Amino acid sequence: MGPATLAQVLRQLPLSQDPALLVGLHTADDAAVYKITEDLALIHTADFFTPVVDDPYVFGQIAAANALSDVYAMGGRPLLALNIACFPSCLPVEVLGEILRGGAEKVREAGAIIAGGHTVQDDEPKYGLSVAGLAHPREIITNAGARPGDLLILTKPLGTGIICTAIKAEMAPPEASRAAIEQMTALNAKASFVMKEAGAHACTDITGFGLLGHAAEMASAGGVSLVFHLHTIPLLPGVMELAAMGLIPAGTYHNRDFLNEQVSFDPAIPPERRAILFDPQTSGGLLIAVAGEKADFLLKRLAEEGLGEARVIGRVAEKGESLLRVET
Amino acid sequence: MSQAPRELNCKGLACPQPVLETKKALDELPAEAELTVLVDNPVAKENVTLFATNAGHRVEATENNGEFILRITKGRAGLIQERKGGPQPQDKPDENPPARGRTTYLITSNLFGQGSPDLGQVLMKSLFVSLAGQEVPPAALIFINTGVYLSTEGSPVLEQLQKMSAGGTTVLSCGTCLDYYKLKEKLAAGRVSNMYEILERLNGAEKVITIA
Repeated sequence: MGPATLAQVLRQLPLSQDPALLVGLHTADDAAVYKITEDLALIHTADFFTPVVDDPYVFGQIAAANALSDVYAMGGRPLLALNIACFPSCLPVEVLGEILRGGAEKVREAGAIIAGGHTVQDDEPKYGLSVAGLAHPREIITNAGARPGDLLILTKPLGTGIICTAIKAEMAPPEASRAAIEQMTALNAKASFVMKEAGAHACTDITGFGLLGHAAEMASAGGVSLVFHLHTIPLLPGVMELAAMGLIPAGTYHNRDFLNEQVSFDPAIPPERRAILFDPQTSGGLLIAVAGEKADFLLKRLAEEGLGEARVIGRVAEKGESLLRVET
Repeated sequence: MSQAPRELNCKGLACPQPVLETKKALDELPAEAELTVLVDNPVAKENVTLFATNAGHRVEATENNGEFILRITKGRAGLIQERKGGPQPQDKPDENPPARGRTTYLITSNLFGQGSPDLGQVLMKSLFVSLAGQEVPPAALIFINTGVYLSTEGSPVLEQLQKMSAGGTTVLSCGTCLDYYKLKEKLAAGRVSNMYEILERLNGAEKVITIA
């Protein structure tokens, strides 16, 4: 659902005043966090969507990596997962089996357990998970802690929405599809682990609202502005060319129209380059705000853990006129 | 002789269909021809405009009750141009769009025709000598499969290839094929390409001849 519609619906929900609810609806974070005891907090999230790739097994992996990511983005460790699946009666049931097998494999890789689930008959397949994780309440990393002077690190390149659109159009170069699938099935577990080592101040995972959509949530929750340097933002192969061809999903434009007034772009940046920054990501990377002096350490640790594509893409500034600024 | 402007109705189509339909229609039209595209949602309007503008065509958009009429005039360059982030780099001769009337050759084998391999090699050499001697050089030579044996070290037609390359012919070799035959290190003319670019070239070409 687009951010504008969602905001309108969520506004009508009552906000909980329970002090144990450490993270709830009001900061638009990745998952809810509930303090059970002084040294134990529960992180709870749910995410599911329609297939982004043809292979059901790969789709299962992607959907699970995407759902687990919300727990990782809060600095937590996944514990239990429940399958959520919608499936049409006209498709062979083996397809559903493959989806669930892919999901189970990712959950196992994350060290968590699939404890059950729920399946509904529907016209179009959908799959995802509700995931519960644990963390020490003091180790929770929300999207609200970014401080002026912090640097912003993105752990996966952008472009999965555009590449998936190109795959549908049969216009995606093979290396682009390969890289996108590899990245969408990759867990954010290691990135989450090393950002805690580096004492990250804030974190969010980049998913449906695109880089700038989730960055705006981070800026707004932290009362700061974020500045991005376009040329440093890592992109998947072929993304610039595919965007220039107009292979841009509708979600990108919804995200842009919702945010446009809060983003100030250098006027030299062409529309297709802007679009990439609004592109909805599936199982995207973590956007981490970390103290300037810790950024090199974090990049080095990310590279050691196999996340060599992570880059410093901007910095946190005092709250200015625009929530977000994009420079060339 | 002027052609009647063509009209393409993309109403009711979801992304990326309108872009693909527009691209297909433009590919079949000569330069300077006009194409009117009707779409009924802003996403399709933006994507078709983005595609057409970046492909070197001119676009004029008008809105009417939530529907959009896009008047596209096909540019001379039927190809997606390199995207320019900042200042426009000087065009390399390689990136020039093929001039009108020039032919693109898709070469899928190192031997010309079925039959005796020796004869096939002689015929291929003869073809390249003739090609290199033409007044108007080919727009592009694209080598795929065993064709890449012609663009790499040890090729019997290297001299002709290098001459055409220097004369403005784009010489592309399929990267997957070079990898497959372990020839990537031995490329001796032109540059490595991929199926995506090759397809773009073929779609954008005025005329394609396949040598198999």
